[in-house]
Formats: sequence, structure tokens, C-alpha cells
Amino acid sequence: MEAAWVALGLSLKVALWATAIDLVLGVAAGFALARHRFPGRELVDSVLLLPMVLPPTVLGYYLLVVIGRRGWLGGWLERSFGIHLIFTWQGAVIAAAIVAFPFVCKSARAAFENVDAQLEQAAKVLGLGPAAVFFRVTLPLAWRGILAGVLLAFARALGEFGATLMVAGSIPGKTQTLSIAVYEAVQAGQDELANGLVLLTSATCVAILLLAGRLAPARIPGRS
Amino acid sequence: MTPRRILRTALTGLMLAAAMAPALAAELTVSTAASLTNAFREIGQAFEAAHPGTPVRFNFAASGALLQQIAQGAPVDVFASADMETMDQAEQRRLVRPADRAVFARNALVVVVPSDAAVVPKSLAELAAPAFRRVAIGVPASVPVGRYARAVLEKAGLWPAIEAKAVGAQSVRQALDYVARGEVDAGFVYATDAAVLPGKVRLAFTVPTDAPVLYPIAPVAAGANPAGAQQFVAYVLSPAGQAILAKHGFAAP
Repeated sequence: MEAAWVALGLSLKVALWATAIDLVLGVAAGFALARHRFPGRELVDSVLLLPMVLPPTVLGYYLLVVIGRRGWLGGWLERSFGIHLIFTWQGAVIAAAIVAFPFVCKSARAAFENVDAQLEQAAKVLGLGPAAVFFRVTLPLAWRGILAGVLLAFARALGEFGATLMVAGSIPGKTQTLSIAVYEAVQAGQDELANGLVLLTSATCVAILLLAGRLAPARIPGRS
Repeated sequence: MTPRRILRTALTGLMLAAAMAPALAAELTVSTAASLTNAFREIGQAFEAAHPGTPVRFNFAASGALLQQIAQGAPVDVFASADMETMDQAEQRRLVRPADRAVFARNALVVVVPSDAAVVPKSLAELAAPAFRRVAIGVPASVPVGRYARAVLEKAGLWPAIEAKAVGAQSVRQALDYVARGEVDAGFVYATDAAVLPGKVRLAFTVPTDAPVLYPIAPVAAGANPAGAQQFVAYVLSPAGQAILAKHGFAAP
């Protein structure tokens, strides 16, 4: 079972990094989509939500082609900085961040759209700058919705399997996350290990969902 | 719907299912080691041409994964493994009968590098050098090619050095793909796999193994189509089947 705890630690590390990245990018993208009208806005929104509907293998393949050693970005990173993303935990973070991104972006957009624009107007009239309006009025009013999205993103990142297997491989202690460890244990017929791993994964995910439900009770259908 | 209509619909459904049952029974599912992918696709076509009415469906994966599927009750008629050990396990778990087993092909373990590799290793000791940062190896727990490689490396005292930079692959074909994409500096595959992507991978050297790389085949004891399974195994062992295997680089056992 020691392998299970190593895998859990790695999964948490990957999911935390991925969620932190999504928090920054997802809130920025959600805010831009909620507050700014520009041509092609709904198209951008659809493209940003793609990771939610595309099969993880498709995302994994895109990633291999882009950040692989022979991909345009991966090749440039390797030549310029000696950075190699495939088969590293950082590669797993990128895969998890992409699949979990829509959860933050979508929740943030909805949360920002629910903030009464008149309150922001009033703050502006009272002399607050745009940054102050965002951090002192908009964000405090939207944070619950954003947080629920962030927790779901974390759960999704924790459970990420397909794209991660394609770009990060399965290196015990380095890139072998919980979901990949489960897959390998089942393939090798190690049922005891698989049992421990799935219970650990299920318990972690239930804890996250309970937390998400508590933070935004009204937003989860069937609970209000 | 009235009860009578429900009954009529249900009966029609049952009759349809009954009519389709014989067609389904004739179908043959063959779980095949990943390294046999190209050769068995061709054998399947030739077999179907020789036995019209018995369509063959293949399930390609690492032998260990296939064994687990059969052990869990997957509806499989024939099992072809890339090593004796996996078939021995199938026999111990009474998934195949000892008398039904036959060895039908032999292969060799090789090390391949990407075709544009700057350095080509000539021995296992060279592969252990720091110049080779990542080496693809099938996960030894379920992938035979990984088990052959580990046994050789352990005997040479090089396993700790290679294991530290090993990238686990879920089948021999995934290891081959990692090498072909240049994501790893070298990989352990079979000689026949190296020949599948000639423009993308280059053969570095052949690795002598203590145990020969043999491929056993057997009908699955619980298979739904035992007659078809026998016919398929016989076809693989026949001169026609052996010719196709030879064409794909497999040696006779």
C-alpha cells in the first residue's frame, strides 16, 4: 500500500498545481467573457469549453503533437531551455490543467454575470479604479460560484487519466498518479492494490464533492 | 401501451434475438498480444476467406492485460500470448487446457532508437550511460517484452541503472510509439516491431535472452465457439498461417 500513498501524494501535487493555474487563467477568461463584448465571443467560449467534451485521448494527442520533443512548442522549449515536458510530472500538470479548465472558466463566467452591474457602477462613481472595483466589489460577490468551480476542477484534475497517460506515461513515483496506478494494478491482476487505490480515490473525491456542496449549496441542482 | 401490445413487442424482440443467436455464435474473438497486431490482422483476413461464416474479431493488448480480461470472464475464444509465462498463468487458472496449447512463433528482443538519433548504443552497458536519459520498457507486471528486458538487465546487473530512467509502456507497441516520436532515447521492443516503422526507428542491437521469445496459442476453455477456436488455432499452425507470420518477420518455433 505504500505505492498507493506515493500515488496519492503525486495526484494531489499535480491536481493542486493544475487548479492553481486554472484559478488564475479561468477567472481571467471567465471575467473577460462575462464583461466584454467582442466579435466571436461565443466561439471563444466554445473553444475554451472543448476540454469538457473532447475525449481525453484527443487532448492527449494534441498535447503530444504540441509539447512533444518534435512538437513546435516542445521542440522550442527543449532547444532554448532544455525543458522536456513529456514523461514529467509537469507534463501531467499541463494535461490536468487543460481538462479541468472549463470548470473554473464556466463557473467564473456565470458568477460574474450574476453580479449586479449597478453595484460596480456605483463603486466606480464613488471613485474606485477598475482594479479596486474588481477586487473589492466584483470578486467578493462572485467568489462562492468561482470556488465551487475550482473545487470541481480540482476533483476533475485529480481523476484525470487519458491525457495524462498519453503525455506523462506511467513512471512510479514520478508520473504514476492514482488513476494510472489503478489501471496498472488491474492490468497486472494486483486486485488487492487496486482495491486500496480505488477506495482511497473514492474517499478523496467524496470529501471534495462534500466540500463543494457546502460552499455553494444553492448551485448544485437537486439540493436547493 | 396496453399489456397485450407490450407482450407482443416483447415476443417480437425475443424472436429477433433468437434469429440472431446462431450468427453471433459463429463469430470468433481472438485476444492477441500487441506485437502480433499486423501479422494476425492478415491471418484473420486469410482465415475468413478460407472459412466464410466465421468472422474474426481481434482484441489487441499486452498479454498480461488480456489474461486479466479472460480471467474476469471476457467472451474470448482464442488466446495468443507473447510469452510462455502468461500462458502458464492462464493454464494454472484453468482458463486454457494444457493439451490445447501450441507454440506457433518465435521472436527476438531488440533495442531501437529514433531514426534521427545522434548516438546509437551497441550494448546494454552503453544504454546505461547517462547519454541515454529515457528508455521505454513495457511495464514488467503485465507486458512480456518488459519482463524479457528486465530479466536480461537484472542478469547483467544493469536493472537499477535502467529502471531509474525507464518509462513504462502499457504494451510493446506503445514503447515503439514513444521511440518513433523521439520522446525517449531508446526502447526495448521485438525485432518484428522494429520492422513495422522502418522510417521512424532504427535497430540498435539485438539482445540475447536466456528464455527464447516464444508465442503460445490456445483455445479459451470457456469460449462460446470451441469449433471455430480449434479451426483458428489450426490455421495459425498451418503452412498458410506460418507463411504470413514469416512474412512479418516471425521465426518458426
